[in-house]
Amino acid sequence: MSSVALRTDGSLARPILIALAMLVAGVVLGLPLAIVLVEAFARGPGTYLAALVDPDTIDAIALTLIVALCSVSVTTVFGIAAAWCIARFTFRGRSLLLTLIDLPFSVSPVIAGLVQVLLFGRRGWLGPFLAAHDVRIVFALPGIVLATVFVTLPFVARELMPLMQEQGAEEEEAALSLGASGWQTFRRVTLPNIRFALLTGVLLANARAMGEFGAVSVVSGHIRGATNTMPLQVEILFNDYQIEAAFAVASVLALLALVTLGLKLALERRQSVLLTTKGSAP
Amino acid sequence: MPPTTRLTRRAALALPAAAALVRPAAARTRGELMNVSYDPTRELYRRINPAFSETYARAADADIAVRMSHGGSGAQARSVIDGLDADVVTLALAHDIDAIAAAGRIAPNWQSRLPDNASPYTSTIVFLVRTGNPKKIENWDDLTRADVQVITPNPKTSGGARWNFLAAYAWALDTAMGNEVRAKAFMQRLFHNVPVLDTGARGATLTFTRRGLGDVLLAWENEAFLALKEEGAGAFQIVVPPVSILAEPPVAVVDQVVDRRGTRKAAQAYLEFLYSPEGQEICARNYYRPRMKTVADKFQDLFPKLKLFNIDERFGGWARAHATFFADGAIFDQVYQPGG
Repeated sequence: MSSVALRTDGSLARPILIALAMLVAGVVLGLPLAIVLVEAFARGPGTYLAALVDPDTIDAIALTLIVALCSVSVTTVFGIAAAWCIARFTFRGRSLLLTLIDLPFSVSPVIAGLVQVLLFGRRGWLGPFLAAHDVRIVFALPGIVLATVFVTLPFVARELMPLMQEQGAEEEEAALSLGASGWQTFRRVTLPNIRFALLTGVLLANARAMGEFGAVSVVSGHIRGATNTMPLQVEILFNDYQIEAAFAVASVLALLALVTLGLKLALERRQSVLLTTKGSAP
Repeated sequence: MPPTTRLTRRAALALPAAAALVRPAAARTRGELMNVSYDPTRELYRRINPAFSETYARAADADIAVRMSHGGSGAQARSVIDGLDADVVTLALAHDIDAIAAAGRIAPNWQSRLPDNASPYTSTIVFLVRTGNPKKIENWDDLTRADVQVITPNPKTSGGARWNFLAAYAWALDTAMGNEVRAKAFMQRLFHNVPVLDTGARGATLTFTRRGLGDVLLAWENEAFLALKEEGAGAFQIVVPPVSILAEPPVAVVDQVVDRRGTRKAAQAYLEFLYSPEGQEICARNYYRPRMKTVADKFQDLFPKLKLFNIDERFGGWARAHATFFADGAIFDQVYQPGG
């Protein structure tokens, strides 16, 4: 009944719903972002810049970029391989693999961090072995990367799987039957077909990697200028009574997220343009 | 901090890969120490570290940079146990260093290796209230009044919160003529007035000052002074109760780490610097009560006089106090009901 009413009163319901959605998005998403920028510049651009050239903050930004680069690379390679296996083959353990890929969505990131400590910590399963070979994983870069890989792992695979399943294997089989090698087929056929979904997945994974707090917080050790990523640095500065600096770093983090979002938007535009031209062609 | 010191520190401390690129050619010995500390010491060690580096550079002809990690005392101890390679730990209470020692990373006799129970500075627990003390909070029993909200962090994770708890409990026990049932009932009423338990001392301070929650903050004296300095003295004031606890935050060299990395000499010098006249003066300026008589006399106007009892006499040391009050199912668990 209500759906009928909705349809007939569409002229009124639609603008109200749109306004409501805009309002909620504005208040819940837009306003906090604006506050971050306002607070960051509250004491003028001088304070803002001084906060960003602080050596510990520069180290945090560098570490964040390194961690994002490493973890997104792993996520990408894994994502392509996993999506390909799942889309092209049926095999024992396929549904198990599917479930495992989704695990990071349902498990709290803090658990992801704790697992690293339980595995690689001094008292962990591999702790004595690692200590004997002087290899450091938790409270160092490898642990932070591993924890970030855990939380970003599904992004590329999830983005690719439906697409590859929908596209089917015909083009790849044609290429192979025409004598292309596996690598050539991947580079000239598979990759071009999935490039937009792949880039979207990479961008999403990147945004998540740079913003991750919980998992990284557990394995970081909070060593200043060494194992603090940007989200951790924001918390530290806030607790250090350096509120403006905290917001300055937060604004850079937000900016990185916005750039990612913008790239994704541009990509989707380009993709829809390409699809329309492709679709309208005879 | 002069920019040159900062630069050398960066060069010496950058990630290994980056260090290979930026490290300048130098003949002097370079080294690095890591100090894993608790929450409220952020500002203290920001001043201690460069002063130590300068002193040590002159005395030992070596450039030592000190890295910091801060967090709740208990959580920091657990990280060191799990493999965080601290050269020295400077924590909120002896029990946390005992836990590291029990895990085999620090020699069991650590507390007798340095003077004054290995605590170069002390503090106590005071009340921070809003200006004018609108709720007239003067003593421990005011904390249990129905119209008073109390902010204190979680004793399970925060060292400061444990000192808070013991200070209040000792007062209650004395007032109740040693009747433990009545002392526990007092603590139950007190924690009934606690709307939120932060994990660390600094979090609780910001909850009280920035988020405006509560009528009184139970805080380290140094943390309360710092809040006045950072937030402007107009908004808050310190109320010193007639009796409180002598809090002794201890320090120790982490034997397992310094022996492996060959940093024992510098680590030892670092902790000894805290006991030196210069170190003691920096402590006092950052509102930690100095141990050295001459420095204490110099700053006597800063620190109010009150009756202080200590944990060893009152509760038989930290091991006993922990078992009695903070272990699972012990007195804290009995008196605190979340959301109560």
